[in-house]
Amino acid sequence: MPTYSLKVRRFDPESGDAAYWESFEVELPPERSVLDGILQARNDQDGSIAIRCSCQAAICGSCAVRINGKTALACNTKLGEALERGKDGAIVVEPMGNMPVIKDLVVDMDAVHWKKVQRVVPWLLPDGPPPEREYIVPAESMIDITQAMACIHCGACVGACLALEVDPDFIGPAALAKAYRFVGDPRDGQTEERLRDLAEDEHGLYDCTHCFACVEVCPKDVAPMDQIMRLRRRATSDYGIKDGNNGYGHEKAFVNIIEKWGTLHEAQLLPRSFGQGSLIRSQIDPDSLKQLIPTLPTVINGLKSGKVSPKKALIHPKLPDQDQVRRIFDEVHSREERIELNMYIVGESGPEEES
Amino acid sequence: MKVAYWPGCVSRGFTPELHGSMAAVAPKLGIELVELDRANCCGAGVIAEHNQELVDTLNARTFAMAQSVEGAAGMMNICSTCQGAQSECQERLDASSDYRGTVNEHLKPEGLSYERDGDWWNKNFLWLLVEEIGLDELRSKVVRPLDGLRVAPFYGCYIVRPTRRLGYAEHPERDQYLEQVIEAIGAQPVDYAGKHKCCGFPLITMNRTTSLRQAGRHLADAIDAGADCLVTPCPLCHLNLDLQQPDASKFVERDLGVPVLHFPQLVGLALGLEPKELGMNKHVVKTTEVQRKVAALAAA
Repeated sequence: MPTYSLKVRRFDPESGDAAYWESFEVELPPERSVLDGILQARNDQDGSIAIRCSCQAAICGSCAVRINGKTALACNTKLGEALERGKDGAIVVEPMGNMPVIKDLVVDMDAVHWKKVQRVVPWLLPDGPPPEREYIVPAESMIDITQAMACIHCGACVGACLALEVDPDFIGPAALAKAYRFVGDPRDGQTEERLRDLAEDEHGLYDCTHCFACVEVCPKDVAPMDQIMRLRRRATSDYGIKDGNNGYGHEKAFVNIIEKWGTLHEAQLLPRSFGQGSLIRSQIDPDSLKQLIPTLPTVINGLKSGKVSPKKALIHPKLPDQDQVRRIFDEVHSREERIELNMYIVGESGPEEES
Repeated sequence: MKVAYWPGCVSRGFTPELHGSMAAVAPKLGIELVELDRANCCGAGVIAEHNQELVDTLNARTFAMAQSVEGAAGMMNICSTCQGAQSECQERLDASSDYRGTVNEHLKPEGLSYERDGDWWNKNFLWLLVEEIGLDELRSKVVRPLDGLRVAPFYGCYIVRPTRRLGYAEHPERDQYLEQVIEAIGAQPVDYAGKHKCCGFPLITMNRTTSLRQAGRHLADAIDAGADCLVTPCPLCHLNLDLQQPDASKFVERDLGVPVLHFPQLVGLALGLEPKELGMNKHVVKTTEVQRKVAALAAA
């Protein structure tokens, strides 16, 4: 039977000591989990090791920790595989990031994760009087939100989020994915209000840094960032919601620029983003000007370094075949409904792929 | 090796030194670049946020052009963001023949079509260098080992996550290639907390504080770990880490001032190219100190 060395981050607030590392050797087959290893160490070596766990089958979402720097469910990570990504022959186990540590591997989910989930009003708000019996919806209309519904609230995405790391006020990936679960629900009557609330929160819809950390660590393939992008799509394209972070403006600016030139005219991206997509508005609107002025030193640095010439800032060449690109924009935008391939379900009930 | 080459928008825009350095480095490594100068922006995640069919069609157009370059081994990009945005579209296009048909319908008037082909690839120059050229071959071409230069790698999110989409099952060490190359050219990789984290660029127009706190924190960590410079295969990371560095310094309330090299620039130095040929004079944070170290190596 192989031996695994688990290097565990220990912390006991009652001791008054700083956090420290402690190693435990456990003997288990490689296909057993990191959680099995920790429980064996607790059983045989040190009964004071703290970790939350229950089902041991990746269903309850209790045992999310950081294993070799990457957030994961301890019960869902095999010892043998963890060792391959380990450091100096040891599997490194730490509490999740972005949440206060209560003891050892247990973090305060109430203080961060659950508080943020509460923030997005995580229940259905239907319009009008309730029907006599249950709400009936066509099965197809729920496909879009099945992925968000798969969340088990383990907090892995919250612990890994790189925007939360520098902005603790960010609503965060789990709560925003939960928000989409209701925004996308045909029974909910507050779709626009929900979107407006999230878009207008400075630390909401447009505070996601698009780093895929949540997508990478989610044990249930919820892809929270994809749900955030769905929320943005609904907010801008379906409701035209203008937010205080220039999220709407940035999307409009980017899309308009590519439609016009085919490649990115960078010098216009920032002003157009501040001007809700329009270059003219960016130069006459006081709010836009207020944002443009602090960026001037950066512009000057760019010019001074020789990266950006005034000519390049003013003139951007169109692609030789820009009419093709424009035609694609026209064709796609003229559709009544957006076509989206749902990668979460395509393998099961979507179109069959030749192998 | 001949490749269909997608340089991206930013390498020909605000980081022209990246485009120039790639052009200088390619012949040294025996890479023939056939530039896709009629191809369009990858969407950088923003068009995907706006409309999936649109971004998938735009990138299918680029892939179709690349696939029709005769004799090309595959397609190469020099931007982590292009890599990630294009891989995302390719994943959807490859997942369903029906969907691919819908997208290809838009390309019909020009006779273009993206074909699913398990052997066709689109690789960032970093991946291509390690996987197609190889570290041994690279070592054999080094004329100026960058002995003693301490380089902190900065990958860019789009090239490291999500691993499932980005071919990590087949190439599990893709998140260690920068260190491997740094070692192969005789320099010393610097380990620090930020190497796989986010530079903050996608938030620069939406939340400048969050954005520049990210950039500033990683730069500070690299400096504290003893880095002479950073190196990145992503020009968007370069914008936040170099162009915005003077401002980022205010958001983390400390001096920064660490140069950030583009990946081809670093490789080019080891292949004997001069800093000026690699556009190293076109950075906001001056590369003088790195240049001095390299010049001292040549003299030694």
